[in-house]
Amino acid sequence: MADADTRPAREGLADKIDINMTPMIDIVFQLLAFFIMTLKIVQPEGDFDVRMPLGAAAAAAPDEEQIPPIRIRLIAGGNGLGGIEMNGTAVTSFEELQERVIALVGLDSGPNSIADKTEVELDCDPQLPYEYVVNAISAVSGTVQDGQIIELVKKIKFAPPRDDS
Amino acid sequence: MAGTPSATFVPMVRRRTRGPSVTDIDMTPMIDMTFQLIAFFMFVVNFSEAEQDDRIQLPSSQLAKPAEAPFEVPITLQLTSSGSLVYAGELFEVASLGTVLEREKTVILDTGKEPTAATIIVRADGRSPTGEVQEIIRICQEKGFEKFALRAKYDDGG
Repeated sequence: MADADTRPAREGLADKIDINMTPMIDIVFQLLAFFIMTLKIVQPEGDFDVRMPLGAAAAAAPDEEQIPPIRIRLIAGGNGLGGIEMNGTAVTSFEELQERVIALVGLDSGPNSIADKTEVELDCDPQLPYEYVVNAISAVSGTVQDGQIIELVKKIKFAPPRDDS
Repeated sequence: MAGTPSATFVPMVRRRTRGPSVTDIDMTPMIDMTFQLIAFFMFVVNFSEAEQDDRIQLPSSQLAKPAEAPFEVPITLQLTSSGSLVYAGELFEVASLGTVLEREKTVILDTGKEPTAATIIVRADGRSPTGEVQEIIRICQEKGFEKFALRAKYDDGG
């Protein structure tokens, strides 16, 4: 009896939980290797939406309600930007361009606001580096104040390409 | 009398200590770390087929916030600084874009959608000439596409 009582206790002590870790660690390392290899560092990117049906670009006939589009002319010069014009008047920088757009449309871009109805037409020289076009689109489409984006003009289109080759 | 039992006991003790000392490494910290790493990589991993190409240096903008929802039918056209197009990993000239888009249009029509539902994502290099971008847009318009997304790198202003 005494022997039968002590045996299970002794066995319990001797049975130190001894799981075979090898397969688990194999799998874990496999997983780790997989995730390390599939890791792709993706830079955050965003889009500027431009809606340009073929008809509208050719006709360029604004509605009566529509405020005439702001025409922004980007002139290429040397290896970069030669000049900016907004509705025919020269603008020195994209910051000034933005100030002028804000002066024209205001900071309210809700439904039926002036900014909502206004359209910007970009007229660019063909050899102008594309980054200036993006700068111009940034300047007219919104401004960042205290980390908040205030939207300005949403409708952006390109003027028909210039043929001054 | 006292020496005899101890003399028989010593080899047993030796045998017992030799046994566990062979493979008894404490695995817990290593496994903790490994699981942490796995968890980290699982969160960071990105399976979305974001088409990015090292040859293209996107222009940066503070307003280029990543889109909340993916486009319904995205077609990514990438323009390198030398004026070549990269589409689906292949490099070709802007002039031959028409045939590629024609093929793409057939696929879209086959799925019961209109080309107007598709969005052309233009990933153009900041140094590429605007004329090329406009040419791409013109060819796309001719094929019936009208939604464009000009892609830019998000710049947090820092």
